[in-house]
Amino acid sequence: MTAIDLGIPGLTGVPTTDEKQTARDYKSDQEVRWCPGCGDYIVLNTVQSFLPSLGLKRENIVFVSGIGCSSRFPYYMNTYGMHSIHGRAPAIATGLAVARPDLSVWVVTGDGDALSIGGNHLIHTLRRNVNLKILLFNNRIYGLTKGQYSPTSEEGKVTKSTPLGSLDHPFNPVSLALGAEASFVGRALDSDKAGLTSVLRQAAEHRGSALVEIYQNCPIFNDGAFDVLKDADEASRRIINVVDGEPIRFGREGEYCVVRDGFGLAVAKSADVDASDVVIHDASDLNLSFALSRLSTQDLSHTVTGVFRRADRPTYDDSARAQVNEAKAAKAADLSKLLHGKDTWTVVG
Amino acid sequence: MSTETRKLDRVVIRFAGDSGDGMQLTGDRFTSEAAAFGNDLATQPNFPAEIRAPQGTLPGVSSFQLHFADYDILTPGDRPDVLVAMNPAALKANVVDLPDGGILIVNTDEFTKRNLTKVGYDANPLEDDSLDKFQVHKVAMATLTIGALEETGLGKKDAERAKNMFALGLLSWMYHRPTEGTERFLREKFAKKPDIAEANVLAFRAGWNYGETTEAFAVTYEVAPAKLNVGTYRQITGNTATAYGIVAAAQRSKLPVVLGTYPITPASDILHELSKHKNFGITTVQAEDEIAGIGIALGASYGGALGVTSTSGPGIALKSETIGLAVMTELPLLVIDVQRGGPSTGLPTKTEQADLLQAMFGRNGESPVPIVAPQSPSDCFDAVLDAARIALQYRTPVLFLSDGAIANGSEPWLIPDVDALPDLSVEFATDPETFQPYSRDPETLARPWAVPGTPGLQHRIGGLEKQDVTGNISYDPENHDRMVRLRQAKIDGIEVPDVEVDDPSGEAKVLVVGWGSSYGPIGAAARRVRKLGLPVAHAHLRHLNPFPKNLGEVLGRYEKVVVPEMNLGQLALLLRAKYLVDAVSYTKVQGLPFKAEELQDVLADVIKGVSA
Repeated sequence: MTAIDLGIPGLTGVPTTDEKQTARDYKSDQEVRWCPGCGDYIVLNTVQSFLPSLGLKRENIVFVSGIGCSSRFPYYMNTYGMHSIHGRAPAIATGLAVARPDLSVWVVTGDGDALSIGGNHLIHTLRRNVNLKILLFNNRIYGLTKGQYSPTSEEGKVTKSTPLGSLDHPFNPVSLALGAEASFVGRALDSDKAGLTSVLRQAAEHRGSALVEIYQNCPIFNDGAFDVLKDADEASRRIINVVDGEPIRFGREGEYCVVRDGFGLAVAKSADVDASDVVIHDASDLNLSFALSRLSTQDLSHTVTGVFRRADRPTYDDSARAQVNEAKAAKAADLSKLLHGKDTWTVVG
Repeated sequence: MSTETRKLDRVVIRFAGDSGDGMQLTGDRFTSEAAAFGNDLATQPNFPAEIRAPQGTLPGVSSFQLHFADYDILTPGDRPDVLVAMNPAALKANVVDLPDGGILIVNTDEFTKRNLTKVGYDANPLEDDSLDKFQVHKVAMATLTIGALEETGLGKKDAERAKNMFALGLLSWMYHRPTEGTERFLREKFAKKPDIAEANVLAFRAGWNYGETTEAFAVTYEVAPAKLNVGTYRQITGNTATAYGIVAAAQRSKLPVVLGTYPITPASDILHELSKHKNFGITTVQAEDEIAGIGIALGASYGGALGVTSTSGPGIALKSETIGLAVMTELPLLVIDVQRGGPSTGLPTKTEQADLLQAMFGRNGESPVPIVAPQSPSDCFDAVLDAARIALQYRTPVLFLSDGAIANGSEPWLIPDVDALPDLSVEFATDPETFQPYSRDPETLARPWAVPGTPGLQHRIGGLEKQDVTGNISYDPENHDRMVRLRQAKIDGIEVPDVEVDDPSGEAKVLVVGWGSSYGPIGAAARRVRKLGLPVAHAHLRHLNPFPKNLGEVLGRYEKVVVPEMNLGQLALLLRAKYLVDAVSYTKVQGLPFKAEELQDVLADVIKGVSA
């Protein structure tokens, strides 16, 4: 297998092509069967539009999913794909990534798949830093099973399984991923094509696990969950988009900013603080990234988007391959010698 | 008094002590000495699940039984001829197995009032007549060891720890064993602590010299080398043989192996062993749980490696859904189940063969999976290679059912010529013109193995039902029915060798059928009843799904079929269902292998019933 170094760490070893690709090349011949108006359509289109820009051979891209509405995603991609079982996509993708350095492996999952039944695999994949890109479609509801609350649903949420309101305290997926010391964590909205594309690109370029939380609307069971972030006026007061190395300001005219507050961060009016007190985003700073994640509140009064964290550390799959390669270089694969071991005896006729 | 030397054809020795006494090491060394001498042998360790149960208590007793002979033997032996008891707990737990007249060697130093009380002895059995029916040798092993090490400057506590080597030395003298191997082993094992190495060697020699000089032992014994097939041998446990078989599968298929696994007794040694052989292109991933372990293995198989996962029964329960996914996606996968006592956590360190029906049926839907079971420690090598052949050739998960007795037991192994091992090479799909994800090889019914990275073969697979040939999602009723039958037909059509029947006289009317680790005790029992003039045929199944094609005909040849199992009759249930045979099920679930003696009685009764 040929491997051309693109100079992009996340894609090192994945063969490229000079052939011009378009979004159409990434559409499979299968009819897309999400509900009309589902946010998944927009994410699918964004991914299909974005992938050609990476210039990879399509056959070296693999999408692995679990179970849930979003997990139908691989069927619609004209790449290799596996629609696996509930919650286990990160484990299966880990095996694939360990076995094959020449593949760009993507995991598509949802809030139930990744954070409930598959929570264990998610945190361990992130801590190991396997070279996988994990797209977590968060619609804060169970769609495929028709409307039960999920691990990201708000406390008190009335659903089919919680007629008196949910008692569960929800996960903040970004905080969870950072707690597992994920080396890359980002967040975007399904409807924000430019923002999502930017996060996806940085995720693809990052070597190691990249978790991208995508707020995604379920028009059937949780319609409008993120509407306050889609209204231009509301969004300007709520969305805090962070860019590495830049001061964190938001609002139409940058009238709001983020400042330090004790061990954490707080939102302030830019007019009320000295410019030097505005926090400058440093994606390599785990504590800062975590503090940023805590600014996102369940009622969406503030929502941080962009790339929270991007840090270099060895990936599990690279290290596992290195161990194998070093062992191969150090010791010939002599099966007969292995089978004989140290203590043998010979019976003669 | 001169020492008499008696010749014996076989001996069973059991070393028993506290789990901190080093009984496994002692047994292992004696085994190596017997192997080096050229005896045939079989061993069976028996140890508690607790890493260090309270010292001197019954739950803390650890033992190692070794059977060695001048002919080919099949089992680690029913009962010891010689019991070495390092403390009252070891005596109490094991003396019931010692036959009248048996040799009992006791470390008297541990028989204190406190230790006796701990295990419920009101009186010291060494001082009353309760052991009169045995040949008792009372040896103050700790005192003698400490004495022998006096000049080394080692503290009393450290010196006393070498008493197991004293015991080994004494037994080595009694049975005329070669000693160089053990001395070399001790110096290598404690290479970084030369004073400890020297202490152990001294204790070992002190034990030998004690036997030779004290005249307490009137008789020594000789067991001549066995007449085994010509070739080079080594000693091997089942778990090591399984690991080596996987390495061989990697070599013979020219594929990398990815082991995704989670530590569990008694399977962990397979992970430990394979993690040492990365130079053979073997990647081992210790996953976060059993499910991730098999997921990693399946993901690797999807990528064109041989995916392997290893576990025990509780782990199989957790892996079931992924095995189902492998059935549906029709990818090669090797699933190693080293069975232990169940249900639930059960008896982690004890053996049982009660996962057969779990392996056969333990998944949702019609989910057929081939099953391969090794019959002895060394047989794990060939059996796991065959399991890999089936997985690779038929693109299917394969369940390999070893068990605790095989996994930790050891025996001599005639090391195979690696060039003569079966060729397991596979072909990946490459032709976009003819490729269909779920087209099938007309002979094997296997679908193409199309690995990511192959140009033009982009396709999607998954757990949803597939349309025949195209592999697209299909909810069509007729298609589902067809696919269910196709998956079953693929497994039913797997080529497995005919089962061989061992019936030396050719006059047997009774057939005993077994599977897995009961091969030894059943085979030994069959030999015994034949010596009594009662003909019996023995068939042992390596392939439990599909069964060998001649099995129905074989079963039909005999008036009675007896099926001994360490479960409540799982194989018997399958044989009855498939072949309408009125099988006599003999079952025992004590966490221990069958004894040849008890199976001899069972077989003799059935044979006499038929003859009458």
